Amino acid sequence: MAVVQRSRADKTGSVLRYVVLGIGALFFLLPFYLLVRNGLSTEQDITSPTWKLFPTSLQWSNITDLFSDPAVPMLRSLVNSLVIAVVQTIGVLIISGLAGYGLARIPFRYADAVFYFIVATLLIPAAVTFVPSFVLVSSLGWVSTLRGLIIPGLFQAFATFLFRQYFLNFPRELEEAAALDGTAYWGTFWRIVVPNSKGFIAAIATITFIGSWNAFLWPLVIAPDQSAWTVQIALSTFLTAQTIDLPQLFIAATIAILPLVVMFVFLQRWIVEGVERSGISE
Amino acid sequence: MSTISTRLRGRHDRNLWFLIFVGPFVLGLVVFVYVPILWSIWLSFFDAYNTVTPTNFVGLSNYLDMLRDSSFRSSLLTFVVFALFIVPTTFVASLGLALLVNRARFAKTFFRSVFFLPTACSYVVASLIWKLSIFSGVRFGLMNTVLGWFGIEPVAWLSVTQPPWYWLVIVTARMWLQAGFYMILFLAGLQRIAPSLYEAAAIDGATGWKVLRFISLPQLRATSTAVLLLLLINAFQAFDEFYNLLSSSGQYPPYARPPLVYLYYAALGQGQDFGHGSAGAVILTLLIALVALGQGRFLGLGRKED
Repeated sequence: MAVVQRSRADKTGSVLRYVVLGIGALFFLLPFYLLVRNGLSTEQDITSPTWKLFPTSLQWSNITDLFSDPAVPMLRSLVNSLVIAVVQTIGVLIISGLAGYGLARIPFRYADAVFYFIVATLLIPAAVTFVPSFVLVSSLGWVSTLRGLIIPGLFQAFATFLFRQYFLNFPRELEEAAALDGTAYWGTFWRIVVPNSKGFIAAIATITFIGSWNAFLWPLVIAPDQSAWTVQIALSTFLTAQTIDLPQLFIAATIAILPLVVMFVFLQRWIVEGVERSGISE
Repeated sequence: MSTISTRLRGRHDRNLWFLIFVGPFVLGLVVFVYVPILWSIWLSFFDAYNTVTPTNFVGLSNYLDMLRDSSFRSSLLTFVVFALFIVPTTFVASLGLALLVNRARFAKTFFRSVFFLPTACSYVVASLIWKLSIFSGVRFGLMNTVLGWFGIEPVAWLSVTQPPWYWLVIVTARMWLQAGFYMILFLAGLQRIAPSLYEAAAIDGATGWKVLRFISLPQLRATSTAVLLLLLINAFQAFDEFYNLLSSSGQYPPYARPPLVYLYYAALGQGQDFGHGSAGAVILTLLIALVALGQGRFLGLGRKED
């Protein structure tokens, strides 16, 4: 009897849970829908006195209009963002991957001191350093250059920290087999460790790429010239401008998030795994 | 064979390899993090308008100016208010989502993905949707349309300070963007709870609420600490959504200016006042360090879990 009662309570609980999940999911997806809807609408549809769930007609021409508008450096900004995000991702993987492995595996008398030095950087709130970093980078003459946008972002203490934690747990047996073959650290790292760590590398790559593509404060500070704008800066400039072409702005934003959403859908499994393995919540 | 093992074990070679692996990263940190910070501390003692090689030493006066500056202080207050809104709401929302998703029997991956998806979205794009579509101050904005169904007059969400509706816009945008990420952290924590604990509870006849109260929540203590700390640090660094939601045509309203927005305008605005900007950055860093230490203490960070 008790069993039957509990299972009935379980069933109502389960239904209720799905109702809440469903409503929540609708709320979380709504902003994405609004973005695409507005991007494919006419200005009249968006500003119509009665709110419309669907546009009266799909304006695919908004896309071509966006790229042919000389006042909007959309293509240039997208290319800049892509170059910055790709170079930064590859750079972080190599620089932090090597450093993380060195810290985890190569015995060195001052390794602990070096590690604490790196962890101390994590405690410095990154965004607060933007004033001093601007001072340095501008005195190097890197304002509004890709160098200024890319290079300071190549040294990510958090990525190095995560790599170190991961490599500490990497099975030593695999490396020992390689060491017997006479492969030194360099060879072991590239031929044994890297090929066996693809999942974790994918996680760090995805997180770095998203962070780089979505970065706002640093590009805003260091790239005042249109030629060096990233897609986030371009969007922000039109968002805060006096006159706004709404459909154009929304289609531009849709195009800006499209690569990330596609990447995210395919790679999020790795991020979840990376978060779980990072031990951040242990 | 012996040459190989000496090569592998030789202290000199190992030091060299360490340098090759770790050196580039440490060098980058020194050049792009530590040098700027030291330079900034140096600048904070000078009059440095529009220059990074100042000559006029002013001692602590930049610091005193900043501490006396009511708009700098109000930016700190803005942060406190923002943190009081965003930290508890995101904490509860992400924990709630994690508990719901964790117990879903089917379509679990689907719901997890949906709630996690906004992580891929930038603050700029979210601000755009929030400002121009959902909380647009005109009659045809989504929120005003919904209010209209109940006969409520349109609200100018972002341009009224009495009542401060802009807080609702700012807080909901950030909630949408970050709740999914913290949900993943909680999900990871929930998966580590031993099934035997739940089985024991079921045998004892414990149901929903009691299981949550006496098993799930205590087991999630370490995760909760990490989430709270990350939420607070991220709140302190708030810039993107404040800047994009509230500024228009190069203007920024004096209210609702969190510390980073204040520093941005002070140091990199018209005056390029690096002296005061640097002093502000140093004060802010010290405050964050203090708060982080205090919170770590309070939450028992680093204490061994029992």
